[in-house]
Amino acid sequence: MLKQQIDLNTVKKEYQEKADALKQRLIICAGTGCVANGAMDVYEALVDELKRQDLNVTVSLQKENGKAEDGYYVSPSGCQGFCQAGPLVTVQPQGWLYVKVKPEDVAELVKETFVRNQPLERLLYKNPADDKIYAKQEEIPFYRGQNRYVLGDCGLIHPEDLDEYIAKDGYLAAKKAYTEMTSQEICDTMIASGLRGRGGGGFPTGKKWAFTLVEESEKKYVICNGDEGDPGAFMDRSLMEGNPHRIIEGMMITARAIGADEGYVYVRAEYPLAVQRIQRAVKDAEAAGLLGDDIFGSGYSFRLVVMEGAGAFVCGEETALIASIEGLRGMPRPKPPFPAQSGLWGKPTVINNVETLATVPMIIHQGFETYRKLGTEGSPGTKTFALTGHVVNTGLIEVPFGATLREIIFDIGGGVTDNMDNPDPNGFKAVQIGGPSGGCLTEEFLDLPLDFDSVRNIGAMVGSGGLVVMNRSTCMIQVAHFFMQFTQNESCGKCVPCREGTKQMLVLLEDIMEGRADQGTLDLLDDLAQAVLLGSLCGLGKTAPNPVLSTLKHFRAECEAHIFDKRCPTGQCKALAIPEILADKCKGCTACIRKCPVDAITGERKQPHVIDPELCVKCGTCAQVCKFNAIVGV
Amino acid sequence: MENKQTIIINGREVPFNGQKNLLEIIRSANIEMPTFCYHSELSVYGACRLCIVDIEGMGVVTSCSTAPKAGMVVRTHTDKLRKMRKIYMELLLANHHQSCTTCAKSSMCKLQDLAARMDVKEVRFQKTGCEKALDTSSPSLIRDPNKCILCGDCVRACDEIQGIGAIDFANRGASTTVVPAFEKDIKSVDCVYCGLCASVCPTGAIMPRPETEAVWDILHDETKTVVVQIAPAVRVAIGEMFGLEPGTISTGKMVAALKMLGFDKVFDTSFAADLTVLEETNEFLKRKEKNEKLPLFTSCCPAWVKYVEQSFSDILPHVSSCRSPQQMFGSVARETLPKTLDVKPEDLHIVSIMPCTAKKFEAKRPEFMKNDQPDVDAVITTQELGRMIKQAGIQFNQLTSESFDMPLGFKTGAGIIFGTTGGVSEAVLRYASEKLTGQKPDPDDIARVRAKDGLRVHTVKIGEAELKLAIVHGLKNICEIAEQVRDGQCDYDFIEVMACPGGCVTGAGQPVSHDDTAKELRARGLYNKDKDLQLHNSDDNPYLHRCYQQHLGDIGGHKAHELLHTKYSSRKRFDDVEFLISEEHHQERLGVNVCVGTSCYLRGSQKLLEDVMKHVKKQDLHEQVEVRATFCFETCDHGPTVRVGETVMKKATVETICEEMNRQLQVLV
Repeated sequence: MLKQQIDLNTVKKEYQEKADALKQRLIICAGTGCVANGAMDVYEALVDELKRQDLNVTVSLQKENGKAEDGYYVSPSGCQGFCQAGPLVTVQPQGWLYVKVKPEDVAELVKETFVRNQPLERLLYKNPADDKIYAKQEEIPFYRGQNRYVLGDCGLIHPEDLDEYIAKDGYLAAKKAYTEMTSQEICDTMIASGLRGRGGGGFPTGKKWAFTLVEESEKKYVICNGDEGDPGAFMDRSLMEGNPHRIIEGMMITARAIGADEGYVYVRAEYPLAVQRIQRAVKDAEAAGLLGDDIFGSGYSFRLVVMEGAGAFVCGEETALIASIEGLRGMPRPKPPFPAQSGLWGKPTVINNVETLATVPMIIHQGFETYRKLGTEGSPGTKTFALTGHVVNTGLIEVPFGATLREIIFDIGGGVTDNMDNPDPNGFKAVQIGGPSGGCLTEEFLDLPLDFDSVRNIGAMVGSGGLVVMNRSTCMIQVAHFFMQFTQNESCGKCVPCREGTKQMLVLLEDIMEGRADQGTLDLLDDLAQAVLLGSLCGLGKTAPNPVLSTLKHFRAECEAHIFDKRCPTGQCKALAIPEILADKCKGCTACIRKCPVDAITGERKQPHVIDPELCVKCGTCAQVCKFNAIVGV
Repeated sequence: MENKQTIIINGREVPFNGQKNLLEIIRSANIEMPTFCYHSELSVYGACRLCIVDIEGMGVVTSCSTAPKAGMVVRTHTDKLRKMRKIYMELLLANHHQSCTTCAKSSMCKLQDLAARMDVKEVRFQKTGCEKALDTSSPSLIRDPNKCILCGDCVRACDEIQGIGAIDFANRGASTTVVPAFEKDIKSVDCVYCGLCASVCPTGAIMPRPETEAVWDILHDETKTVVVQIAPAVRVAIGEMFGLEPGTISTGKMVAALKMLGFDKVFDTSFAADLTVLEETNEFLKRKEKNEKLPLFTSCCPAWVKYVEQSFSDILPHVSSCRSPQQMFGSVARETLPKTLDVKPEDLHIVSIMPCTAKKFEAKRPEFMKNDQPDVDAVITTQELGRMIKQAGIQFNQLTSESFDMPLGFKTGAGIIFGTTGGVSEAVLRYASEKLTGQKPDPDDIARVRAKDGLRVHTVKIGEAELKLAIVHGLKNICEIAEQVRDGQCDYDFIEVMACPGGCVTGAGQPVSHDDTAKELRARGLYNKDKDLQLHNSDDNPYLHRCYQQHLGDIGGHKAHELLHTKYSSRKRFDDVEFLISEEHHQERLGVNVCVGTSCYLRGSQKLLEDVMKHVKKQDLHEQVEVRATFCFETCDHGPTVRVGETVMKKATVETICEEMNRQLQVLV
């Protein structure tokens, strides 16, 4: 029996007609961040309120529903990136963006927007830097500096509506790949596009495919690596949640390029929404004949299995991921052989990251020349970054390669904040790039055009795109310690340098933070970091020392202050603190004496008090209770 | 014509031909690459990182996982590599329980050896882990996780050679550890006590469980008469404890040493091996005649017996009912020696010296106890005997040979070759051939039987009869055959199984050897000893026939059956593992245990568990019913398996479970 093949043009036309018939559309961001902040309550309140106002409201444009003439369409979308300001509601066609919307705002929102036909000012975004109010999303500085090439549709379309994806020219690239191109042509196009893997390594995707294409095997596999694990990074989750069909289409094209007929989407189980959306999308694509046998009448088959990972960070490493799919403990194995030669179940396999796969359909659809217009010569295209830390606007952003850190942090991010979240124009200290495998960059690199090679040349890496901005109060030793703790916990425990080395680097950093270090500690840390970097089995271990090495390199003085002066310049390392009561400021109120848990403070009423350093445990309680700022150094 | 390929190692040209990896080539150039995790018979693991080399154009890589390419320029001990190796050793030592002076592995420990070779003078790192508990649950092995360096050798050996996987890695990062399933102790899982893990362990993290103190105690007890039996494989390995070459036959010196230690009589397990040959061959020929319960599996190897009890209990009728030589010796000695030696039965103590850790378990099996008295009181390994000899200060190499005591010390060559793979089959062939045709077996057949492959299949003609033999070592190799037997698809007649690769000569109780050639040399030693002896067919052992006449009656007869045969039965692979799904409750409730093991899981038991919970919720049965997820009921073919109260239900559905639950609840009310 021949399965009904979907006709993309018809679907597109029908969807377009329905969309054109609408009066307005409300898009509620239903990414994990906004959902956690109550976006689904807002969604329901909006639908109810529109109904209450007797407006013609629809919640689905799918086939079975008829046209909604002059209707109001309320739809959820994937992550729109501006997570800090969520829940987000976008009004189309005007392009107004409401931020931090609560269910109790809905009545007023509907009245202003739909009855009076003007934006509700109090829900619009106000820039904290200059108090300027922005009605349109695209005008907000956070969005203005971006080029949301991969993420764009993610915050617009209904993630569970295959028709809308098709209406946005979805699956046209897959059709082209299956019906008009040979495997070699697809690989050549990808090589010409210069697309490099977004998972961290930056290996040219086309080359990876070509290596797999030349392997002779009856069976080959495509794997989508959705085991995103860097702390704070969530671009892959957003794509899987917001635009799952794009990833499926990317995998279909990959399969056609290498001659595979089966694929796995490996998603970490901690992303339940992503799992659910991908599963739904696979089901819909199967029903539409986009997955299965004889795709687009080409005679080629492709099937997808969605697999939940069990939560080990190291399963993002491709050989560990393969082991995990095979039902084994997720541990990397030595390469070669590379997955291209011997991957899943010993068969030639391509593993690509989510963001990479999401880029693929656009390259095939628009041609590599168009794609190469974005980004730099060596790193074409755009890159998503998860911007967080001491920065005004946090969230998920996308910029072309070649953008500078200054543009990202100060234009899109709105500048650095102090510890109370207030803008602090001179507060910048460092930015951590590339997650636990990356490194910290200082002010001198703010104008460096970001791309795979430039970042690697200065001892960090783009990685999956984590960007943590740090202000002047951040202790860089503690930052290195934080990331080392992460890698240490997440090491699979297989090879000696990574398992034991990260543990010992952590101990040495603690020695530095707690005043036990000397020159020997510094030398040993240096030697150990080199030994771990050179000798570890997989990428996790080989990059684990990066946070330490970059701190030793860029913040040498801060390290030496800890080691030789037993002093933490930012005052964050409690063990090094030497609390002192300034006699001229102390009024002798005895508040600190009463609060000190170890009775380390003595003194007469109305006389300056004194701290006994032998007894003091440096808890800082005294400094908190002192009304006269007389206690310093803790 | 094949081109000669070479690589450059440290500036010298080295030819290579067929080696799988760089490490083997480097070793062929007389450079001993340090490594913990590389074993030629196991898969490449690449975890210890000590075999790193620097290759031009590739940088630092591990030689074990790198395929050779002609023209490679390799350096093995640059300044950088030397320092890296030293750091890795320091990292391992920092958290290793460094109780070297009291560790039984001391002087045979690879960690100690490599630390010395890498010239580690100080450990600059701190100990970070805390003390972990020892696993002393098993009669055969002791696991000390504090000495484990996580090289994974034991894990891979158990999985890849024995096909069992009784231990594996758990947790990650700094908490990584090697443990049995569900972090149970080793006694409660499917370990067969072969001790292969201990043989490959580079440190003292898994060791044979010592019984030397118990043996000293018996020896020091003046009222006791202590006799000892020595397994064939011990004599070709004990010398290694005293610097002799593997395979050196040290029987005479060993007998002398045992006498000096205070043993009253020294006997030979090979005598009992001859006995086994007669009993087992007759059992086999009877079955062959009737063409029933074929193939016949040998039963000499206690690890194999435990394996078959656990994993293939439905083919137990195919396993020979013969006790192993150790246990035949035990029961014959208990029967005959009190009279022969004029001692009270309760004053006779029997000690075994075995190459094997599973023999310790076997001696404690209830089948081999009479009135709480085990036939064999204590089992010590070759290693332990070596340590006792050293402790007593006996200069082993200087001793003058002495002879075994009679009558249980006399054997033919057939009883000697039991210690190596193929030995039992060859002994049976010698006896059967002479018995049926009056002629010795064909030397070609013998050569085939003596080959080294893990699975050898050979058809032998004895007169008119054709016998299809299979000889297996390494339990992984038996799995497929056992399945065929279970399914009635196996046309072999006789199958010899030994768990250890190479047979008893490589047992876990043998002296530690990091040398791959040792097992071959030991086997050769046994064959040489066989050649030296006058008799080669068990049937020619005159003392054996005297023993039958005086004590045992006919071969395979009633008395022989009582003393020399036994019955094995099904054994659970795991002690119960249960997870409470219902809320905790103080009241006694009807238990519903749903198996969520792999097989039942694949048959939908997870959904079943959810449905049962839904039912309990819907009917508000929380106070009456307690639902648990559990593991294997050993009825995998009929899963999902569920136990309601005491009733085990196969191919359970939510309807049948609820029905059974309601029925039992009504009875309770």
